Amino acid sequence: MQITGAELFVKALQKENVTTLFAYPGGQAIDLFNALYGQNSIEVILPRHEQGLVHAADGYARSTGKVGVCLVTSGPGATNLVTGIATANYDSVPLVCFTGQVPTSLIGNDAFQEVDIVGITRSITKYAVTVRDRKELAATIKKAFYIARTGKPGVVLVDLPKDIQQEYGSHLYPGQIDIRSYKPNTSVHMGQIKKAVEILKTAKKPLFLIGGGVNIAHANELMKQLAEKTGIPVITTIMGKGAIPANHRLYVGNLGIHGCYAANSAISECDVLFSIGTRFNDRITGKIGEFAKNARIIHVDIDPASISRNIAVDIPIVSDARNAILALLERAEKLVIDDWVEQILSWKQHYPLIMPGTHMTPQTIIRKINEHFEQAIITTDVGQNQLWATQFLELNEKKQMLTSGGLGTMGYGFPAAIGAKIGNPEKDVIVITGDGGMQMNIQEMATAVVYELPIIICIFNNGYLGNVRQWQEMFFDKRYSSTCIRYRKSCAADCNSPGKCCPEYTPDFVRLAESYGARGIRVAKTEEIIPAFEYAKQNTKAPTIIEFMIEREENVLPIVPPGNPLCDMIMESEGE
Amino acid sequence: MAIKKRWISLLVENEVGVLARISGLFSGKSYNLNSLAVGTTEDKTISRMTISLTSDEQTFEQVKKQLNRSIEVIKVMDFTDIPLHMKELIFIKIRKCSPPDMVEIFRICEIFNIKAIDYNATTIILESMQTESRNNDLLCLLENMFPDRLEIVRGGSVAIEAISVTDR
Repeated sequence: MQITGAELFVKALQKENVTTLFAYPGGQAIDLFNALYGQNSIEVILPRHEQGLVHAADGYARSTGKVGVCLVTSGPGATNLVTGIATANYDSVPLVCFTGQVPTSLIGNDAFQEVDIVGITRSITKYAVTVRDRKELAATIKKAFYIARTGKPGVVLVDLPKDIQQEYGSHLYPGQIDIRSYKPNTSVHMGQIKKAVEILKTAKKPLFLIGGGVNIAHANELMKQLAEKTGIPVITTIMGKGAIPANHRLYVGNLGIHGCYAANSAISECDVLFSIGTRFNDRITGKIGEFAKNARIIHVDIDPASISRNIAVDIPIVSDARNAILALLERAEKLVIDDWVEQILSWKQHYPLIMPGTHMTPQTIIRKINEHFEQAIITTDVGQNQLWATQFLELNEKKQMLTSGGLGTMGYGFPAAIGAKIGNPEKDVIVITGDGGMQMNIQEMATAVVYELPIIICIFNNGYLGNVRQWQEMFFDKRYSSTCIRYRKSCAADCNSPGKCCPEYTPDFVRLAESYGARGIRVAKTEEIIPAFEYAKQNTKAPTIIEFMIEREENVLPIVPPGNPLCDMIMESEGE
Repeated sequence: MAIKKRWISLLVENEVGVLARISGLFSGKSYNLNSLAVGTTEDKTISRMTISLTSDEQTFEQVKKQLNRSIEVIKVMDFTDIPLHMKELIFIKIRKCSPPDMVEIFRICEIFNIKAIDYNATTIILESMQTESRNNDLLCLLENMFPDRLEIVRGGSVAIEAISVTDR
């Protein structure tokens, strides 16, 4: 039977069990949308901007474990994906992005809405390809899904010229595919595991450092077992948060430039560092020469290129986190390290993460989120809101956090929540965002309203691009260069003292919510927090914006100043 | 660690965009690429690249891993310290040659075992198929003798693993 490329595209998605497609139409994708019309196995979600679209697909993928699928048109449709593709790829999120393209006969002609999207995204995708022959369409789509979800997951972009969409050809879709140049690792080297276990046996101060790899491999329960079996304390990166439950005795906290005292001290003093699924990003190492300087380092990662790149490693283990943890569970033994564990627990007790003051701090708000929501997906934006969330959110089996850890993309949180809610309608989905980031994809309010998604959007409004402002305060003599969002033309150019006479905030988020047909509520005091959550929960058919009016110059602490070792951190603000 | 010249032989899918992905990897990650020669192999669906770069050991490890990570790369072979046959083609055009210059050039051809493949009264084209270092010596000599009169086209080295002898 002969069918068009567009019909084969739909069939391919069905065969790949795609049930949700994030899609925005346009001239060079119109045949694909025509083929999607009238079928009912794939729900097509129409966001309001392609950047919101790709973040939504990302949130869907992270929260469901499925591949997120995007479809956009050529030219600007495709280029609007770029930030979202980089965001997802950096955090190893499986996405397949289909882009319409001008007909093959016009490629290279500077045709209307033509861009070389494969060229543009080459360095931010796992694989990107233009289909130039209708005969290769089925195999290319199969390959795309396979590459996106296996190995270290990532983004695959498939560019579909219009003539390929229209051309008749085979209706067959392959059941499996073999790619000679791509053989993702599926095993674990037992010799290396044994060496690692031997080193652990000699350790007096061992420490697990867990990155996002454990969450991606859905190895959280196994990781908890491994920590319990060995008795080794666990610290996490931002992406690794939730690897074991926050209230677990052996969980210390996050490390890094905004990590907790106990975690940063533990890494500075440990003698064996067992890290799984992290690439030792500069945000967690601090001054590199001082990082875990007394420790022998064991490093499990699925990507050989992540091993011994930033930090020299003693025992490299190339493996999926799950396989490695399973192998370790069989061999590892209980260690006698009571003094070390006591020391860490006492650090944790004496230097807890705490925001001082009796006012409504971000910590107060996040603590209420912890208490009030049983089963939830929490997305964050980027900046102070994200850092507070990573410090204070208590994750466990029922609570997941989605955050742009690698690229740090402002505007991610809210559209990601849309995807998460679509994929998990039974769960509460909460956004923790700032007044800056929320406005970067605020148009998706319409999407949340039309698809009746009761997302709870917590805007921490301080009227500043707070994280950069904090750096300006601490390291740039309080020169608030372009960080005040309440700035008006009438303001003094060198203003660095927010006060009662500051101009009114734009927009009014409560009225903005109402204009979209959503609900909005403003919260300024601690006792208003829970009623606001109750109010939002009753709003079951539309999103609710809760605008928290937080202290304008609240800082994220502790902080490791640039160039310092992790153990050398600023614990509190001056003057407090 | 020692910064030195290193060699990689790479088998890749013979597809559109693969060269861009490989060269883009070098520029995007600030690896110091010296030369890259590419052509198809006995299997028309596979291309082979001979790449030289200058780096320390740690960066070189990273380069090999990053190349391996590319979906289109079938095999990465480290050719840095193994017995090889390696040659580079160069064309050199020398302009404004006097008759004594011509005599000198033919003498150089003899000594360096290279060929003059085309000439007229004042201009001559040489073809050199030598190892890269021998070619460097030749060019050094010619640049000294005929400054500002040379046009040079270097092809980049290609290499194959030796069976019995070493000839770099």
